[in-house]
Amino acid sequence: MAEPHGAVAEHNPNLRHHFDSMEQQFDSATLGMWVFLLTEIMFFGGMFCAYMIYRSMYPAAFASTSQHMNPLWGATNTAVLIVSSLSMALAVRAAHLGQQKALQILLLITIFFGLCFLGVKAIEYHEHWVDNKVPLIGGHWDYSNTPEFPNQAQYARQAQILFCFYFFMTGFHAVHMIVGVGLMLTIFAMAHKGKFNSSYFTPVEISGLYWHFVDIVWIFLFPLLYLIGHTKNLI
Amino acid sequence: MSTVLQDPRTIETPNYLNAEYGWKSWLFTKDHKRIAVLYIISITVMFFLGGIFAGLIRLELLTPQGDLVNSDTYNKFFTMHGIIMVFFFLIPSIPATLGNFFVPMMIGAKDLAFPRINLLSWYIYIIGALFALSAVVMGGVDTGWTFYTPFSSTFSNTFVITAACGVFVAGFSSILTGLNFIVTIHKMRAPGMTWGRLPLFVWANYATSLIQVLGTPVVAITLALVGLERAFHIGIFDPAIGGDPILFQHMFWFYSHPAVYIMILPGMGVMSELVTCFSRKGVFGYAFVAASSIGIAVIGFLVWGHHMFVTGMSMYASLYFSLLSFLVAVPSAIKIFNWTATMFRGSISYATPMLYAFGFIGLFTIGGLTGLFLATLAVDVHVTDTYFVVAHFHYVMVGGMVMAYMGGMHFWWPKITGRMYPEGWAKFSALLVFVGFNCTFFPQFIAGYLGQPRRYHAYAPEFQVYNVFSTAGATILGVGYIIPFIYFMWSLKYGPIAGNNPWKAKGLEWETTSPPPTYNFETTPIVTEEAYAYATPHKEEHGG
Amino acid sequence: MVLPWGGLPKTMQIPLFPESASTTADSVDYLYYYLTAVTVVMTTLIFAAVFIFAIKYRRRSEDEIPAPIHGSIRLEIAWSVIPFLIMLTFFWWGAQLFFANASPPADAMDVYAVGKQWMWKIQYPEGQREINELHVPVGRPVKVTLASEDVIHSFFIPAFRLKHDVVPGRYDTMWFNATKPGRYHLFCAEYCGTEHSGMVGWVTVMTEPDYENWLANGGAEGTMVQQGERLFGQYGCVTCHQLDQQGRGPMLRGVYGSRIQLNDGKTILADDAFIRESILNPNAKIVAGYKSDVMPSFQGQISEEGLLQLIVYIKSLAITKAPGTVAAPGTEGKQ
Repeated sequence: MAEPHGAVAEHNPNLRHHFDSMEQQFDSATLGMWVFLLTEIMFFGGMFCAYMIYRSMYPAAFASTSQHMNPLWGATNTAVLIVSSLSMALAVRAAHLGQQKALQILLLITIFFGLCFLGVKAIEYHEHWVDNKVPLIGGHWDYSNTPEFPNQAQYARQAQILFCFYFFMTGFHAVHMIVGVGLMLTIFAMAHKGKFNSSYFTPVEISGLYWHFVDIVWIFLFPLLYLIGHTKNLI
Repeated sequence: MSTVLQDPRTIETPNYLNAEYGWKSWLFTKDHKRIAVLYIISITVMFFLGGIFAGLIRLELLTPQGDLVNSDTYNKFFTMHGIIMVFFFLIPSIPATLGNFFVPMMIGAKDLAFPRINLLSWYIYIIGALFALSAVVMGGVDTGWTFYTPFSSTFSNTFVITAACGVFVAGFSSILTGLNFIVTIHKMRAPGMTWGRLPLFVWANYATSLIQVLGTPVVAITLALVGLERAFHIGIFDPAIGGDPILFQHMFWFYSHPAVYIMILPGMGVMSELVTCFSRKGVFGYAFVAASSIGIAVIGFLVWGHHMFVTGMSMYASLYFSLLSFLVAVPSAIKIFNWTATMFRGSISYATPMLYAFGFIGLFTIGGLTGLFLATLAVDVHVTDTYFVVAHFHYVMVGGMVMAYMGGMHFWWPKITGRMYPEGWAKFSALLVFVGFNCTFFPQFIAGYLGQPRRYHAYAPEFQVYNVFSTAGATILGVGYIIPFIYFMWSLKYGPIAGNNPWKAKGLEWETTSPPPTYNFETTPIVTEEAYAYATPHKEEHGG
Repeated sequence: MVLPWGGLPKTMQIPLFPESASTTADSVDYLYYYLTAVTVVMTTLIFAAVFIFAIKYRRRSEDEIPAPIHGSIRLEIAWSVIPFLIMLTFFWWGAQLFFANASPPADAMDVYAVGKQWMWKIQYPEGQREINELHVPVGRPVKVTLASEDVIHSFFIPAFRLKHDVVPGRYDTMWFNATKPGRYHLFCAEYCGTEHSGMVGWVTVMTEPDYENWLANGGAEGTMVQQGERLFGQYGCVTCHQLDQQGRGPMLRGVYGSRIQLNDGKTILADDAFIRESILNPNAKIVAGYKSDVMPSFQGQISEEGLLQLIVYIKSLAITKAPGTVAAPGTEGKQ
């Protein structure tokens, strides 16, 4: 039960006025983030669904498209993200425990790995650019041979659709990563100013949820786009 | 019944309207009630804009020839009427206005869980509306509000991407509103306000929010793909380069069918409030009405294929969608029966909100039953894409939803503004709306079965009689909407002071002042009784 | 059914139902009457209940408080189950009729309709071509194969109570059996752009003798088979697809309607859609024993009408079996 508004009350300076207690505030923020992530699942899900439908319509084009993905980079990014999720989880734990320094260091590690991810993606996109595998941009679409699939021109139209999906899906994911990195920088700045302690760490918690979600989307993207259908040796 | 005090022209008790003045206090507000008012203004503007397009359509359809405007212009009229009415009026309407205002109050909370996100949702709505309006101003869109491919992705020469952006952005406004409501209803109920004591308006908004959160992202990605296809000629939906236009329809209707439940469920929530108050009796079968809202939300996601029976979809898929479309009618029927049963042995008042409630029951019944015609496979083959469908959805959307909105606005106007509207004019307008509506849309059922297709600029001469009736009705309907606008505006300055509870209604929102104070309640209420406990002695009004 | 103002100009008549001119129209109408009857009954019940309650229980004094009635599970179940059972009758009847209308009888005559912004191009096997006009004999099942050259259209004949969307990139079919000579509206029922409302025409149902007469004034360009044969030569198909022996491509005599084995082991029925795809996207399915990337694609080179003519031609190639010449060497022969 809340005290009457305006009365002198002991309450956490971080308690927002429309909430009755820190617990209610924290629970609301967490539920809110989960609901938001649910909408993101539906958003990515729509794209995954369309991609799967086209993949089943054009299996030959899909199989040949898969050869042009580099699973080494994909695997690197997977490892990077998993480690970053670990550092994020540890950061949230540090926030719970009020460990200011550990919190900041772990956030920096997370940001670092996030940037690594984006860097690797940039390298990959560049490789595709150089190989003329970027549809939609003039002069950079050329679906030519790989030894396993001679005469790929026959699949060019269908492969273009599939490559577009590749770029949309990883592109939307990368945008979410950029937002995530921006979020982490903000959280870091707040942590640096000493805003968090063991009784108030909500922003860290919910940003952590977002970060883990972006990680999980990648865990689905990686096998779907890089591993299935790929026949080259990984080593 | 208003409690008119000695005619003060202004309400001087502190309330959310006089707490602060100035445009900044409105545009940067975090108060859910002010945000609701901002939304009321915005959607009213969009409603009248959509209505103007409707008027132009009906004007053209007075004659069988396309003689008022050329075909392209006419195609833009019905497209923009649809886009504005669906995405910028119907979808936000009750949740963003009455829901925003009253859901927190009804559960005894001081505000929504995320007030700043609430304000953000309004700004996002405005940005979306600006995109849509700029599409209108730059020359319009002509794809129909359904954006079917490959016409929209490859053939249309109009501002499809701009319009799709508008819808995409407005979708996020809808998602944020839904997210806010879900968290608020879960986490911020006052002590004693259990799920089983929630007013049915809250249940309805909760179910609506579930749909908003789950469905809207799908239409967002669908329209994004159309936009990308238009810009880059990828081939996702264009069969000439390997795409599948029916995939678009599946993805589009996967959202857009649940969307119609986003539109009607809050109206049904308002209905529960109106029927109980003006029968002065608790709703018959509370648990069933509450559960039916959730049932409609869930089953509503499973029926989208009934828009596609003639597309060449598999026969077995058609069977499944037809069967489930009948199933989804059952919870709606339950509501109608329960509201009628609530009136049994009640104490019925004929106040304007109740007149709108009567109208809803009648017109939604007809609209819902004609939906069954469309769920019936062999009949749908004949009537789909004709005016029969147009009549059906206007019966449920306008005869149902807009009537509920008008009823809700009249019911809660005194709470929102502290003023009463003039009852005589209000009753007269309600009558005009009812008569005008039926005149406009009933003939369209007949014209549709006769074979008049939708979206026709010029039509075969044997349909003219029905079209003339329809246009005449539309004029009456239009007047029926303009008059309330005028008297609502008038009442802001000259309406009698309403008092805290002019209707002697049950519900936490009536326990506080009219207009309410910024923080809604002086002290957090403690709830000890069921919803609509009219039989228990009425609580004393709280002072101040 | 027309209300008794039949002498007035069309714009002043008040018809209630379109003419009923196909074997299925009456059935659809009966189902519609049934639905309408139930709707009227339900609506009347609800309207009456609301009306009576509103008057009988009107508020007589400001302070009256009616006794609460919480609900009745039995009533709730009753008014959920009973309406649902009634709805199941709608479902059943509608589904039955829908299924009956889905598959054309084996002896249906073929007509081909191509929808294009903003006209209907009708082709008859005998060679006639019409724009926005369809002539059919009374009493015989007619199967319309529908194709679109651009966007989605919909082929709607109100008097037959039938329509079917015409989706680009594939074939759709619709069949009917007209029962009454006369002239009936044909409308495009899927919004398709500027002149969507101009994409209208007429279906003329004729008695058999009249129809034979009309057919006799045949198409100047020859039958569809002849037109298709011309295209077959014009586009060089005959170079690889020789008629009586294997060439670089599979021999096409007797192929239509048979089951073909593909090079990935699957078998497929060689129907209209298969032939169309083989012309436009040949590498999508390769017959067993043949190589991919040999046949060029004709996407964008042949119109939808041309494709239909080619299909009719290929269909006409008689089934004369010579041992081992039909399918590729080493594979199963067609059935």
